[in-house]
This record gives sequence, C-alpha cells and structure tokens, in this order.
Amino acid sequence: MAKIQIITIVANILFILYISRLIIKGKLREEYAIVWVICTVVLMLFAFWRNGLEVMARLTGVYEAPNLVFTGFIFAILIYLLHLSVVASKLYNDNKKLGQEIALLKEEFSKHLAKKE
Amino acid sequence: MPGKVLIVIPCYNEEASLPSLLPELLSTVLPNGYQLEALIVNDCSKDNTSAVAKKHKATVIDLPVNLGIGGAVQTGILYARDNNFDIAIQLDGDGQHPPKELPKMINHHLETGANVVIGSRFLEKEGFQSSFARRLGIRYFHWVNRLLTGLQIYDSTSGFRLFDRKAIELAAVNYPDEYPEPESLVVFSKAGLKIAEVAVVMAPRQSGRSSIRSFGSLYYCFKVSLAMLFSFIRKP
Repeated sequence: MAKIQIITIVANILFILYISRLIIKGKLREEYAIVWVICTVVLMLFAFWRNGLEVMARLTGVYEAPNLVFTGFIFAILIYLLHLSVVASKLYNDNKKLGQEIALLKEEFSKHLAKKE
Repeated sequence: MPGKVLIVIPCYNEEASLPSLLPELLSTVLPNGYQLEALIVNDCSKDNTSAVAKKHKATVIDLPVNLGIGGAVQTGILYARDNNFDIAIQLDGDGQHPPKELPKMINHHLETGANVVIGSRFLEKEGFQSSFARRLGIRYFHWVNRLLTGLQIYDSTSGFRLFDRKAIELAAVNYPDEYPEPESLVVFSKAGLKIAEVAVVMAPRQSGRSSIRSFGSLYYCFKVSLAMLFSFIRKP
C-alpha cells in the first residue's frame, strides 16, 4: 500500500469519527451529515482502489483523471451550497413568523395587564 | 355599527417624526363614521420610537428582531386580521404620507369597491415628486407591472396603501419581505383582487433617509424584478 493511501485512509477515519462525534453531541443534524458521510465513503473507495480514478476518467471520457476529481467535487459543492441556501431561506421564513407571533402576543399581553390594573 | 380602520405605521428609528405625525393622525376624522386606531410597528428601532409612540396613545407592536419593511407591514396586517378590522391602511412613519389624505383613500375604496387602493403622487402632479432617478425606476416598475398584470399603476412603489378585508386576509399569509410594494401588486392581482389608484399629495420625508440609495438601487431594481416575475409564475 502506498504512503498516500495510508494518509487518505487515516484522514478519512478521523473525519468520520469527528462527524459521528458532532452528531452524538447534537451539534450536527443527521440530514446535513449524510452528504459528509457520502464524501468520506467516496474518498475511502478511491483510497483503496488506486486505479479507480483512471477507470472512471476513461468511462466518462475525461482526458486527465485529476480533472474528474475537480469537476465532480466542484459540482457536489455547488449543489450543497444551493441546499444550504434553501435551508437559510426556510430558517428566515420561520424566524419571521416567530418574531411576528411574539410581537403580537406581547402586545396582547400588555393590553391584558393594563386591563387588570 | 361603524367599521374599524387600522393605520399601520412601520417604523425604524422614527422618534423625530412621530410627535408631529401621531397627533395629526389621531385627530383625523374619517368618512362614514369609521373608527381609527393607530398601530406603530416598531421594527427593532435603536432610538425611542416605541416610547414616543406610546406617549402619543398609539398601539405599539415591538418586533423582537428587525424584519424589514415587508415583515413589519405584515405584522400590522396580522394584527388587523386578528382584531377584525375592516380596513388597514399602511402609512409611512417618516411624514411623507399626510393623514389628511386618508379620507380620500377610504372614499375611493367605498366608491369603487377596490380591494387595494394606492395613494399615488403621480396621478395629479402635485406635492413632492421624488428625484429623477427614482422616478425613472418607478416608471420602469409601472412598465413591468403592466406587462405582468395588465394594470395601469403609476405609483407602484408607493407605500401609502389601503387594504380591505379581502386584501388583509391575503396579505396576512402572503406578503413579500424585502421591498414589497411592486411585488405585492402582482400577488394581489393574481389573486383576483381589484387594485385602484387615487391621487394624493405627498411631502418629502421629514427625517431619516431612504433605505434605497446608490448601489442599493441597482440591487433593488434587480431583486424586485426577479421577485415580481416569480410571483407572477407562482400559483396563487
């Protein structure tokens, strides 16, 4: 086994341990962890299967195998960023509704207090 | 029983203009025996907007986070819906919209039965007409609106607006957040509401400055155009 394979595999194991720790501690929700787990699985696959990249490049018609890595990962990152924008938009809408609801309740509550006095 | 009218005033740091606006507003006599309530929606102001408004006997809703003009107006609309107001009128807190024009808008609503009445500064060229660049932008939105809704709205960015019960119900659940004025017209017209315009005289703002300036205005045009287009495509 080549040096780089060992480094990749060790880094991968550390990464997956860190993700697990985040999930266990409740700092990362499982639905967002899926993409990271898939990334590690893919990296792990190519760490063991050294010729895999060449094979995939030939299959997809990419001349230089590393370009396939860049293309694939940039595409995946873009999709994930879009997903995060969707999450942020949903959070914004939920926050807005909560803020409005709290403000309306506060006003109603102060009216009740004033009536009681 | 006379109807109830809610005046929704979205405010961000308006402590300077409220002391002259509120007494004038609260002494305004509305047609048809309509009862008036002034509602200040304080959008997380950093000054004493809330205290000043309470001192002048307005109902005050303090938003816990800054929601922007759309979210603030919608909060007022929600209040109108939950408290069974017949009409809600949005009026800016900076003194640009004189309360003495309110009867005109209500009368226009009563005469035409329009669900949304917009106070327009361009129908009769009177009063504050805004700067050249801004008028250019407003003409552009007039054109986009005409394209998308077939409506002839000259002052589609005007924040001086009357909502009747039907429009209140709709805006309570569907009102744009950022720069909502032109976009909401697309939403209203798609829902089949009748939109009318009535000439009003506006004043230049008394204090504060516009939220739309320099580079922001390019962003404004782009964002609002996009939002209008998608509101148009979206199913009501």
